[in-house]
Amino acid sequence: MVSARPKVQFEGLTVRFGDQVALRDITLDVRHNEILGIIGPAGSGKTSLLRALNRTLELTRGARISGTVRLDADDVYRLGSVSDLRRRVGMVAPLPVGLPMSIYDNVAFAPRMSGVRDKTTLDGIVETCLTQAALWDEVKDRLRDLGTKLSGGQQQRLTIARALSHEPEVLCLDEFSIAIDPVTTMRIEEVLKELKSTVTILLVTNLVQQARRLADRSAFLLMSELVEVGPTEQLFGREPHDRRTFEYVNGMFG
Amino acid sequence: MGVFLSSPEAQRRHRMQSFARTIFACMTVLLILPVVAIVGLLVIRGGSALSFEFLFSVPLRGMTAGGIWPAIVGTVWLVGVSLAVSAPIGVLAAVYLNEYAGDSWLTRIIHLAIVNLAGVPSIVHALFGVGAFVLFFSLGTSILSASLTLAIMTLPVIIASTKEALSAVPLAFREACWNVGATRWQTIRHVVLPNSIAGILTGVILQVSRAAGETAPILFTGAAFFLPHLPQSVNDQCMALSMHLFTLSTQVPNVPPQITYGTALVLLLVVLSVNTTSIIIRSRVRRRRRW
Repeated sequence: MVSARPKVQFEGLTVRFGDQVALRDITLDVRHNEILGIIGPAGSGKTSLLRALNRTLELTRGARISGTVRLDADDVYRLGSVSDLRRRVGMVAPLPVGLPMSIYDNVAFAPRMSGVRDKTTLDGIVETCLTQAALWDEVKDRLRDLGTKLSGGQQQRLTIARALSHEPEVLCLDEFSIAIDPVTTMRIEEVLKELKSTVTILLVTNLVQQARRLADRSAFLLMSELVEVGPTEQLFGREPHDRRTFEYVNGMFG
Repeated sequence: MGVFLSSPEAQRRHRMQSFARTIFACMTVLLILPVVAIVGLLVIRGGSALSFEFLFSVPLRGMTAGGIWPAIVGTVWLVGVSLAVSAPIGVLAAVYLNEYAGDSWLTRIIHLAIVNLAGVPSIVHALFGVGAFVLFFSLGTSILSASLTLAIMTLPVIIASTKEALSAVPLAFREACWNVGATRWQTIRHVVLPNSIAGILTGVILQVSRAAGETAPILFTGAAFFLPHLPQSVNDQCMALSMHLFTLSTQVPNVPPQITYGTALVLLLVVLSVNTTSIIIRSRVRRRRRW
């Protein structure tokens, strides 16, 4: 299972929007079954990094991407089917989006789109994913209600459940806790620690303490560049390799 | 008149505010005045002509007596055939333009063409219909020629209204679907279309009333001056309400006014009932909004 080859490899990834550089020459490995925290101030390119991996970046007008992104051995920009890639890479965007269909259908959507028809299987997926996203108890009696009518925090968890529903190999979380209360956030964080045994997680967060709690290794992005990547204790410890990392994680700028 | 109006400046502001409000209200009344006048006039002058007999019998004695049944049937044929052509083409083209096509010089030219096509006067459509369908494709003056001409006229508006309905579905929904690996078509089929179909239908239905009301495009392409029997196929000519009204008012001497006004009233009722249908659909959907 766990091979020497990293799960995800960014090699010389550069992303431009028009004249603006969003990411400059990023080379970064993500290991199998780790949580990689990605921290950095707003506009440092964290989101672009995730979107380059599931190839939603190219949907943005004017985005130009160079360099290589690998998932296992596959160059994601040479894969035949973008849909298959996105099924392998779960994505939770910062703004909660409940699709305009029932809560049940929201979670069953992805499995159905890949051909799962069996009612029992779908029921199982829906319950498992909603439970993992810490939403099951709140909605189990009204699965037929519209997903769009849930509160912001509930929709955010619904988004997480949807991202888990297609059993991704890699899970990208982009500010997942932005609309969620601290207690629920903790519950989801516990789930992420469990999920790590089967899934590789890229965790973009503005809460440096969240990265510290969860991440095995962390990467610090600043002004489109990767400043440093290493074990979380090292980045958050007394002596990170780069002074700017120390200043950022200790709130001296940002 | 409280303490707030004591200063002259405050009083001046208050006067201006009342003045502006009055002006806007007057304009709104002006707007509905012609509608009320037209409907009132038609009901008073033509209401007495309305009867089962008038609706369901053929014109008699050089159209100075009898009913308008062939014109009603003809209008239904023309509208039906033209929509059968323009609705699928228009809706599918709009889906392509809104969901698949990116922003390139080609799509910009297409958009420009659609906007301009919508602005072409109906008489120009009529002449094009004669040249293209009646003569070049040798379809003759027929329901088919007239309907195709109407279809070309309604097409750009259907495309525009469909595109608007599609883009009312937030982009975030599409992105959420793409993020879980749904293809573009799956996203369109399961999320975009179900949530825009009402708006699309409204746009199409509104074109029914437009197609029913137009005279110029069918004048030379398929509408008959007088045809006592009903059309049997799309290759026949037919009468039409709008054309019949034109004929009665300008071409035939000694038509009793209630027949002319009655015909106008029927045409208006057809258009109004179609528009009402679309309004009902829209309000139903608004109540059922899913986000």
